[in-house]
Amino acid sequence: MSVDKSMNVLIVDDYNTMLRIIKNLLKQLGFDNVDEATDGTMALEKIKQKKYGLVISDWNMEPMSGLELLKQVRGSSESFAGVPFIMVTAESKTENVIMAKQAGVNNYIVKPFNAETLKTKISAVLGDF
Amino acid sequence: MSENSYGREQVVKIISSVLSRVESGTDGRLEIFRELKQLQKIIEEARQEIGAARAGDIQSMHIPTATDELDAVVAATAEATGAIMDSCDIIGEKAGIVGGDIGDALTAEVTKIYEACSFQDITGQRIKKVVSTLSTIEEKVKKLIVVLSEKLPVEVEGGGEAEDTRVGDARLLNGPQMPDKAITQDDIDKLLSQFD
Repeated sequence: MSVDKSMNVLIVDDYNTMLRIIKNLLKQLGFDNVDEATDGTMALEKIKQKKYGLVISDWNMEPMSGLELLKQVRGSSESFAGVPFIMVTAESKTENVIMAKQAGVNNYIVKPFNAETLKTKISAVLGDF
Repeated sequence: MSENSYGREQVVKIISSVLSRVESGTDGRLEIFRELKQLQKIIEEARQEIGAARAGDIQSMHIPTATDELDAVVAATAEATGAIMDSCDIIGEKAGIVGGDIGDALTAEVTKIYEACSFQDITGQRIKKVVSTLSTIEEKVKKLIVVLSEKLPVEVEGGGEAEDTRVGDARLLNGPQMPDKAITQDDIDKLLSQFD
């Protein structure tokens, strides 16, 4: 099954630089409908209001971290609970990866990363494109 | 510690000597007085050394300055990275117009620049960690000062702001100024025009 690149993608990061980088890389990959949020709280509001095909989130944010966002999404009884979720973070300890996996993350990218890694991980979650 | 510093063992030895003379009841008042004077000298020297360490400066000046400088690094790199990416956006648009192999090659290079720009996020996070560590040190120094002020209430001579001991051209080398302290190019031009 091919990936619908017209899907809405939500990227979450407290660094404007990273938002621009990820948005640009997604554009290179053919994803044009990209929304942004600068922390978990803002992201959760957007997820409640709009249907997203993929969420790509940083971990280390305040007041709500990416992990807390993931937990809230997965813990919801709403239809968005199963949205594909990729964590993109500088947190590279084994315990972090395990904790994210236990919380229901679909994939995990360590910063810094390149376009090829992003494509590979999105493919692993959504299928080849 | 200065050359005349006394070690802990010497302090213990003097106190033991004083105590044994008092306990033995021998008439050694002059000797006891001399040893107590020696103890007083040691305590005074310790006070001077604590004052010279300028723990207050660390808390009130050095750490806040370092924190401000690091914040400025984050702000400056964020601004520079934003400018680089603005240019990348424009080159990317032009690459789309050019099209073909050249357009593809330009797009590929722009993507590499974008990838490299993630250094700003990584360095920003590392600097945040350093700022957090500095805050911890600041807190510890603050507690230390509170403890020392209770035990050594006398203001040590030479306290206050540390004197700039640099000489010659070295006194002029202070690195980039913080934005709120730096003078503008207009200010510099005006200053220079006064020499014409």
